[in-house]
Amino acid sequence: MDSLTLIAVISIVMAGLTTGFGTMGPALAEGRAVATALTALAQQPDASATITRTLFVGLAMIESTAIYCFVVSMILIFANPFWNHAITQVAGN
Amino acid sequence: MRLSPDEIIFWQYGLIKLNATIVFTWALMLVLVVGSLLVTRKLSRNLTRSRWQNLLEILVTGIEKQILEVGLRDARTYLGFLGTLFLFVAAASLATIIPGYEPPTGSLSTTTALALCVLVAVPFFGIADQGLGGYLKSYMEPTFLMLPFNLISEVSRTLALAVRLFGNMMSGAMIIAILLTITPFFFPILMTALGLLTGLVQAYIFSILAAVYIAAATRSRKPKPQSAPKP
Repeated sequence: MDSLTLIAVISIVMAGLTTGFGTMGPALAEGRAVATALTALAQQPDASATITRTLFVGLAMIESTAIYCFVVSMILIFANPFWNHAITQVAGN
Repeated sequence: MRLSPDEIIFWQYGLIKLNATIVFTWALMLVLVVGSLLVTRKLSRNLTRSRWQNLLEILVTGIEKQILEVGLRDARTYLGFLGTLFLFVAAASLATIIPGYEPPTGSLSTTTALALCVLVAVPFFGIADQGLGGYLKSYMEPTFLMLPFNLISEVSRTLALAVRLFGNMMSGAMIIAILLTITPFFFPILMTALGLLTGLVQAYIFSILAAVYIAAATRSRKPKPQSAPKP
């Protein structure tokens, strides 16, 4: 395998792995957060505005880790610096 | 496939490029500014008012109420900045129902600019509220050992603000583009509707987080409004 194929294979595999493993933790965390918020809502319906706002902000914080993984895998697929470097080297020769 | 609307270039002269991000940002600004100018040109003070005035009043009072709930005391001071952030991000994602439009918040340049505005606005409001010394002292809370961590958090939350908005917007556009090639008729519409919802949630979160950061920078000196009643 030449280096171009190697870079392509590793990039694609790592992009899948990054999103796959990177979304597992945030998914579990968001499930726990929503479950706890629902329990709190059932116990204190009067505080629903505060609970909902805090829940949204917290969910955004948790979800941003998954978004980071997604951005990294998108960079690996569509804007890979190593791939671009290898392509320019091949084109130069 | 492209990652951001930066790569659509309408016009180029040497180094000066006019890409889709700039064009749609300015179009949105024009729509927002001219629209609000047209609405506020003839305001009524009695009970009969136009529906556009009602819309703007609902928006302004709603944003003001949210700012108050976060814990900022005089909401009118921060209404301009936070309301502009919310309205721009919300309008940028709501306008995706127009065909041919690409949300400018799907470009990392726009979201970085918005996050840098928050990075500048937090010390600005903090110094305006409690003076230079009082604001700088808030970096030493609770002890001076926390100084590097406070500085790191200042940078990392700006990065998080930028990448969160960019990632959400870009992923919405990309999922729709991928679905258009697989199941071209029905599912992209559903995902567009879902994208409208996530866009509004992200606009809300962006402005609420900016409000929380400003509240953290301005509130530390002020006493609590009410303490717990003594038994």
